[in-house]
Amino acid sequence: MFHALVAIKQVPDTTNIRIDPETGNLVREGVPAIMNPYDAHALASAVEWKRKLGGKVTVVSMGPASFTVTIREAVELGADAGYLISDRKFAGADTLATSYVLAAVIQSIHEKDPIDVVFFGKQAIDGDTAQVGPGVAVRLDLPIITYAVKIRDINLAKRHIVVERKTERWTEVVEAPLPALVTCEKEIAEVPFAPLPDLIRSLRYEPEVLTMESTGIFDAEHVGVRGSPTVVFKMGTPPLPEAGEKINSREIGVEAAVATAFAKADAAGILSSVLGGVK
Amino acid sequence: MSARRFWVFIEQEEGKVHPVSWELLGIASRLASEVKEEAHAAGDTVHVECILLGNQVEGIAREAIKYGAERVYLVDEPELENYRNCPYYKCIVGVVRKYEPEVFLIGATTLGRDLAGAVATSLRTGLTADCTGLEMGEVKGSKQRLLLATRPAFGGNIMATILCRQNRPQMSSVRPRVFPMPPYNPEAVGEIVREEVPLDEKDTEARILEFIHDQAESVDIEYADVIVSGGRGLGTPEGFKLIEELAHELGGVVGASRPCVDAGWISYAHQVGQSGRTVRPKLYIAAGISGALQHKVGMQNSDFIIAINSDPNAPIFDVADVGIVGDLFEVIPAMIKNIKARKEALA
Ligand SMILES: Cc1cc2nc3c(=O)[nH]c(=O)nc-3n(C[C@H](O)[C@H](O)[C@H](O)COP(=O)(O)OP(=O)(O)OC[C@H]3O[C@@H](n4cnc5c(N)ncnc54)[C@H](O)[C@@H]3O)c2cc1C
Ligand SMILES: Nc1ncnc2c1ncn2[C@@H]1O[C@H](COP(=O)(O)O)[C@@H](O)[C@H]1O
Repeated sequence: MFHALVAIKQVPDTTNIRIDPETGNLVREGVPAIMNPYDAHALASAVEWKRKLGGKVTVVSMGPASFTVTIREAVELGADAGYLISDRKFAGADTLATSYVLAAVIQSIHEKDPIDVVFFGKQAIDGDTAQVGPGVAVRLDLPIITYAVKIRDINLAKRHIVVERKTERWTEVVEAPLPALVTCEKEIAEVPFAPLPDLIRSLRYEPEVLTMESTGIFDAEHVGVRGSPTVVFKMGTPPLPEAGEKINSREIGVEAAVATAFAKADAAGILSSVLGGVK
Repeated sequence: MSARRFWVFIEQEEGKVHPVSWELLGIASRLASEVKEEAHAAGDTVHVECILLGNQVEGIAREAIKYGAERVYLVDEPELENYRNCPYYKCIVGVVRKYEPEVFLIGATTLGRDLAGAVATSLRTGLTADCTGLEMGEVKGSKQRLLLATRPAFGGNIMATILCRQNRPQMSSVRPRVFPMPPYNPEAVGEIVREEVPLDEKDTEARILEFIHDQAESVDIEYADVIVSGGRGLGTPEGFKLIEELAHELGGVVGASRPCVDAGWISYAHQVGQSGRTVRPKLYIAAGISGALQHKVGMQNSDFIIAINSDPNAPIFDVADVGIVGDLFEVIPAMIKNIKARKEALA
């Protein structure tokens, strides 16, 4: 039987975030909270392999109670069980403290019900750090395969996984022993439409909530703000650069506009150096 | 008296160095100079050093010295021929523990980001991802200057400056092309220190079975001298033919804004910006691109920017050295004609 664990995070839909031009603050009102898109694709892949091999998919998420909707969404997409890791003491965690909490939970689940593959998203779109997956792999001493675009094979008898991962230079085909941790690109699997029974089940699904006390597996030194070596020193909007000159081609004609623009580039020593390189 | 070490990871694959490694050496030299005064006053020494892993890569170690490294820690082993997360991070952690650098920078490439998270977690230290600004700044409550690492957050809408007070090293991954190349000094002298880190059999269990090279994706916009980029203003995928023609005349490559990539007009390898590549060519021409923050952060360090947009209020004009207000379908053909005429005159 195959047991996949997927780490999912709820994020604000950053494509809808705006900055208040007056205050320079983030406008969060009306910004929908969604399942991190990479995590949704990772989950879809886990569910595909569950259907192929037989078994189950467990999801975990660390965050406030409002993350329950994201876990319900995961159930809708085919997850069998979900844990919400939630405690005030976890707030303010950076990636090191986040990987500590997730690793501790994944380890305790694994001890009761051995996990074959741990799935992560490539990165979370609110922070774009891509650090939590590698962090959890190091803490659990699991082989890690990042930037996965395709899982070619999961062989439970031979205890190995074969994955295609895409780097800037090429695609690598990697074989690793199980259990392994994979961080996923969107190409890994299409997010399916939820089948009706899963949809109905998800509506009433209550994830098990894991707190400091209920589990007793966390050391207060390593969670939340205390467990986070990094702090935000300051926030600001990016500085505006100085604008250059504007030429209106309707006023002076297109050819003259181009000639003027290129003359400026020439004056800056740009075009001659560029054209010098043209054969 | 103690040694304050500023470290850089030199990224190489198949003996080819990712140029971001040299950019990092440039940053490390600058950061080191920012603490020089305070270090001398305290009787400390300051060092710019790097770590290099691979198989038979001593030639690269010598190059690193010419780009500003005083000392190169070299782990040269057949097992390190190809990059793999586990043996690489374990070797690096071993050498970091031995020398205890104060700052450690890694390129925010796919390889670098795979590595950085593992190294930082193993060392239980702080890591700031994908930084676009770095300085050694004074911070209340700290005797020494600390690394202030600035990075975009929330889709680039906000810049956050992060610091790591206690744990060491202070680690950052750094975007390629945000910082300039340092000078190359062929006469520079430095030291190569060979290190050995014992690996377990388990560390090398994950194996690469095969490499698949994809020709179509091989455009390298990051290090191009000339980029002509098209945006949604092109209207249709065919619009890129015009962009390509101008790029070709200028000996450059084609860039694009994200909506064009999302719509499938052109492949992701061409995308400039926050979620694509950062570029700093000599000449960047943006046509039919409005100039959203997420696009601008990817190209505002170009030496010279020409923007073409029919909307005189388009924000792209804020970063352009010259803006042409007009229809790109008229302006670009005129540019092509102008360049052709120049070339004829030169011939
Ligand atoms: C998390 C996140 C990451 C992002 N990452 C990136 C990224 O990496 N790169 C990126 O580019 N974007 C990115 N974006 C998207 C970005 O916010 C903008 O939506 C995008 O850059 C707009 O693309 P555009 O300028 O091509 O299109 P538009 O904003 O639609 O602009 C089209 C422009 O063309 C002009 N135009 C139309 N017709 C003509 C004509 N005939 N001649 C001249 N001008 C004409 C119009 O005046 C307009 O200014 C990201 C967004 C988010 C939220
Ligand atoms: N709070 C969290 N709860 C569950 N999973 C998380 C959490 N934060 C990060 N992850 C996982 O780690 C991946 C990378 O996140 P990040 O390192 O923040 O970019 C995400 O795609 C998730 O799979």
